[in-house]
Amino acid sequence: MKVGNVTSNTGQSPRFFRALRDVLPADGLLVSDEERRPYECDGLTGYRELPLAVAMPDRLEQVEQILSLCDRHGVPVIARGAGTGLSGGATPRRDALLLSMARFSRIIDVDPVSRTARVEPGVRNLAISEAAAPYGLFYAPDPSSQIACTIGGNVAENAGGVHCLKYGLTIHNIIRLEVVLIDGEKITIGSEALDSPGYDLLALMTGSEGMLGVVTVITVRLLPIPVSAKAVLVAFDEVEKAADSVAKLIATGVIPAGLEMMDNLAIRAAEDFSDAGYPRDAAAILICEVDGTEAEVDRQIELTTSVFASEGAIDIQVSATEQERQRFWSGRKNAFPAVGRISPDYYCIDGTIPRQQLGRVLAGITELSSTYGLRIANVFHAGDGNLHPLILYDGAQPGEFERTEELGGKILELCVKAGGTITGEHGVGLEKIDQMCVQFESSELEHFHGVKAAFDPRGLLNPGKAVPTLARCAEFNAIHVHDGRIPFPDIDRF
Amino acid sequence: MIQMNDRTAELSDAISAAASAKRSLQIVGGGSKLFYGREPEGEVLAVGDHTGVTVYDPTELVVTVRAGTRLSELAEVLRRERQMLPFEPPLFGPHATIGGTVACGLSGPSRPYRGAVRDFVLGVELLNGRGERLRFGGQVIKNVAGYDVSRLMTGAMGTLGVILDVSIKVHPLPETEKTLCYELTEQQALKKMNEVAGRPLPLTGACYYQGVLSLRLSGLAEGVSAAVDVLGGSQASDGDGMWSTLRDHSHPYFLSDKPLWRLSVPSAARSLDLAGETFVEWGGALRWLHSELSPDLIRASVEALGGHATLFRGGDRTGSVFHPNTRTLHDLNVRLKQTFDPEGILNPGRLHPDI
Repeated sequence: MKVGNVTSNTGQSPRFFRALRDVLPADGLLVSDEERRPYECDGLTGYRELPLAVAMPDRLEQVEQILSLCDRHGVPVIARGAGTGLSGGATPRRDALLLSMARFSRIIDVDPVSRTARVEPGVRNLAISEAAAPYGLFYAPDPSSQIACTIGGNVAENAGGVHCLKYGLTIHNIIRLEVVLIDGEKITIGSEALDSPGYDLLALMTGSEGMLGVVTVITVRLLPIPVSAKAVLVAFDEVEKAADSVAKLIATGVIPAGLEMMDNLAIRAAEDFSDAGYPRDAAAILICEVDGTEAEVDRQIELTTSVFASEGAIDIQVSATEQERQRFWSGRKNAFPAVGRISPDYYCIDGTIPRQQLGRVLAGITELSSTYGLRIANVFHAGDGNLHPLILYDGAQPGEFERTEELGGKILELCVKAGGTITGEHGVGLEKIDQMCVQFESSELEHFHGVKAAFDPRGLLNPGKAVPTLARCAEFNAIHVHDGRIPFPDIDRF
Repeated sequence: MIQMNDRTAELSDAISAAASAKRSLQIVGGGSKLFYGREPEGEVLAVGDHTGVTVYDPTELVVTVRAGTRLSELAEVLRRERQMLPFEPPLFGPHATIGGTVACGLSGPSRPYRGAVRDFVLGVELLNGRGERLRFGGQVIKNVAGYDVSRLMTGAMGTLGVILDVSIKVHPLPETEKTLCYELTEQQALKKMNEVAGRPLPLTGACYYQGVLSLRLSGLAEGVSAAVDVLGGSQASDGDGMWSTLRDHSHPYFLSDKPLWRLSVPSAARSLDLAGETFVEWGGALRWLHSELSPDLIRASVEALGGHATLFRGGDRTGSVFHPNTRTLHDLNVRLKQTFDPEGILNPGRLHPDI
């Protein structure tokens, strides 16, 4: 998709802008090109568009008034946190107000007794754990962008991280939301208790990609920090062996706190970048972390290392110190920038598969890689089946980004065929809107539209994201049957 | 062996016929939770013979099972692989089904520590109020494609669709379990439950009844015995029995004839000063109350603590059994109902008079 760089924000009535100015603080409305430019994309940088304007409220009442104004004037609104999302959930539109929640960055309170914290949506993920640490508590979901990404965005995407298998996703770690609906009314979903009457709207809101409402306060659950954690770094000469050993490990009853796999290209890139001590010639490595009390950790290390040994690992290292544990992780945690160094650009894919399908899916990815002539490095949350193939490409080469996107789409379809899903944790956004047509039938998509309409009848919140129209799918599926090429790549995707 | 029985076609036909005739249906699995929610009405739609475990590879930590499958049989299939349903669902009768468990959204004593049934539901296949077959979520642990309709079905009391099958994340069985007891006042017990839950200990249950606080520890033998050393207290002789009678409501406390209220409150909320006998579980976050006080009084007291009250068993089932929501939340509920069941024929009135 080509997006024109529209530089004027005409078309909206001056009355709307005057009203916006009245609501917002003096420096809270950005309208010039220079001011809007930093907001033209989120982490999905292939899609850029200047928003109609950027609103930066700093009080709840302003959010209520802005949404109510947009509702009355029929102006679409796109909420944005730190803009680190990878699926284009916060990609602007030229006809939509971009609502930045960045100024809502207060940790309202941390309650060590009930083990909860109330935070505003612009608080960074990592800042919550930092605030909870003095009480021996932490906030579990840890997406790799956790230094920068905000909790509001985490709720919108149902963010995961490397510790999901044991500690769950965002949905498992939040209990209450304050949300402003499109008509400006504030509601409370969930509670400080463990459940609430009526339908589970907390589940609907989490991962709804800004389509249902704007979150203004989040109550998160905090967990006790484990006494001890150790990591095992294991190398295999075949990817299949690494995958099999994961299944064997789970069968023993151990639930690792983290379990990551990287293939050879990812290993070499990470090793060049961060000196993590990964064996450069291994076909795959696993990083397996266990936590608990000292005695529990020792026992789990014993169990895991014996599984890896009997599954034919060529090298097994157990972290002897906290420093060494951090070193094992450093390569994995920097895998994306590391891959960024060996290629002008890379594109991160986010499918999930049943783990037993890994061999088949990786073989399919290798085949696609050679068909498209693009290298792929694979990073895998092996514990929960979430695969992140990184496609290496050069955006300066004409047509290469489009080819990369198409290859990414093919990989996701492979994941669906293997019994998996097109997105494990990054969201659908704009990026995977066509693949939603592969994963869902029209009747299912219609129900999604029904859910959307229950909250936002006029479709003003983040329009065109997350759920495709049936017309778009009819078109995509029809073309798809032929050769997967969209005949009019320039048509508007919204 | 669990019978493999696919009744999708019959169920779909029955629903679409009822929808055309605008006839109400009451969905019945094993009938063990007919006491729960508002009075059921309409023609019985029996789903108890739609049975079978359709996908189960223990190493994937996921099981997919048809809704009519008995909970006890599913538990046995999992136990053979040294696995379990982590949310410890109550077994209110031998015929209780997994579909009914998910629809009622009921979780047992481990809920605050391991999670609720909704936390483990990964996907559902359902028939909507027109008999159309729909699939949401999947069989993988991480999945953010589309709104989370699978979890929406949890606790919806069958009002949004007839669950055909459900994919659930399972856990390994703990190697060891031990229960520690302490004689304390309720206020002391509430304090201790919250304090212990904030420490890195393998806690999986905390309840208080008649002056005794019980804490359950589960996991690797090393972790449990280290925790026992740290926590002290006396070890219960029949801990397992106590937790299962609490889970299944076969504990003597639950035998009273008085209406049983389920009060869901913040775990650190103070003791409720309501007349009636209480049983505290979920580390303080769930307080059972046998009481004949007026529903309004009970609701107001619980609401003041930031919680909500459900008339769980007995009492007047024609009024509000579940805690009333605010107008706006209620309207959202009604619109969701209309999306999934436009004719309003699935378990009408079971959750709310308008739903």
